[in-house]
Amino acid sequence: MELELPLERREVGRLRAGDVLCLSGTLVTARDRAHARALELGCAPVELKSIYHCGPLVRRARGGWEVVSAGPTTSARMEGYIGSMLELFGTTVVVGKGGFSEKARETLRDRCVYLAFTGGAGALAARAVRRVVEVHWLELGMPEALWVLEVKSFGPLVVAMDARGGSLYHR
Amino acid sequence: MLDELVELIRTAVVRLPTDVRAALEHALEAEAEELPKLQLRMMLENAACAEEHRIPLCQDTGVPVFFLRGEWEPGMEHLLAEAVRRATEEVPLRPCIVHPLSRSNTGDNTGVHVPVVHRLGHEEPRSITFMPKGAGSENCSAAALLSPSAGAEEIAEFVAEVVRRAGAKPCPPVVLGVGVGGTLEHAALLSKLALLQPLGSANSEPELAELEERILSRVNALGTGAMGFGGRSTCLGVHLLAAHCHTASLPVAVSVQCWAHRRATLVERAGRLEVVQP
Ligand code: SF4
Repeated sequence: MELELPLERREVGRLRAGDVLCLSGTLVTARDRAHARALELGCAPVELKSIYHCGPLVRRARGGWEVVSAGPTTSARMEGYIGSMLELFGTTVVVGKGGFSEKARETLRDRCVYLAFTGGAGALAARAVRRVVEVHWLELGMPEALWVLEVKSFGPLVVAMDARGGSLYHR
Repeated sequence: MLDELVELIRTAVVRLPTDVRAALEHALEAEAEELPKLQLRMMLENAACAEEHRIPLCQDTGVPVFFLRGEWEPGMEHLLAEAVRRATEEVPLRPCIVHPLSRSNTGDNTGVHVPVVHRLGHEEPRSITFMPKGAGSENCSAAALLSPSAGAEEIAEFVAEVVRRAGAKPCPPVVLGVGVGGTLEHAALLSKLALLQPLGSANSEPELAELEERILSRVNALGTGAMGFGGRSTCLGVHLLAAHCHTASLPVAVSVQCWAHRRATLVERAGRLEVVQP
């Protein structure tokens, strides 16, 4: 299944835990510090509807940036922020690894889907990144910055927690 | 020497060692379910992709950790730090090292006591092993001071509980390094040294080899599976090292390592330095 970002809540509701899909469009990387800052400020310099839990390895190239390796980071660290992110930024897609705890099944309900990419598969993930559109909050350090990435057929991603309470981690 | 050290670091972060690849292939063959199979296939495909393009296989290029065997000059620590700085630019590595409280990133993967350097023994040939340690798996590592009467069963129980709680966080299938005995810090160091053993090898002491086996089967019975999607492949191997300890204590440390079990060694043979991998 090929899907185009951003996803509306209606589309998210159709996905089922266990589905496998690929994404194209704009994904924004965010880890602990970016979540904390966005929620503290109550705003962000870029739309956060589609979030990628990832601290990419990036290098300067041809006057811009090039993503070298960009697999997911452990999502559990961001779990405490997720409810507020959904409220404030209308996040509908979170890509990461390892999932959230049992409690988050209700937080995600009717609003957001959690997609897992293979942890450690940074080289493959980077090949799906077409371009670094922009970067914000680089002063937080390369892994913690908001990297705005244009991805093409990023996947296979596994719907690991759906918006109906389904979860592959809690069977 | 600096060039060889940078090459050592590059090899470690780019090329998944053959023993790990073989273990992943074996896990893939043994796996019955589709989703864990897909994850294992992706891991192998990713390793091939990273090697082909000479890029780090995982973006978390980790905390740089070196193990020195044999007599190395006192200034080695500086040279290793310089190699890490250069590798950060040239490979490149992701700058991962921050101040523990301010969290400000040093930008070059060095810092106070970073790279971590362990000097071990005086054996020949001289060698330097590099094992970058990613945070996703290291955050799941644990230690405990068990009751001296605990014995093998409780040790296995403790390790299995560490892995159960870790769930999908450390990018399973994991590799486990277990240190038993000594003092707290020694058990922790032993758990890291255990990770340097070739995957599939067993401790030479039958009693300890039996405990490795016992831990492996317990952990693989948890059903966490590749990336937490169930199945048989929660753990690729368990390596255990032991030291004697105080009559009143039983320290146990477990270093949880992800499937991206990266390591490479610079060995000196007949005055020449050569990078080898298990
Ligand atoms: S746990 Fe290991 S494989 Fe997973 S993201 Fe971290 S370093 Fe990479």
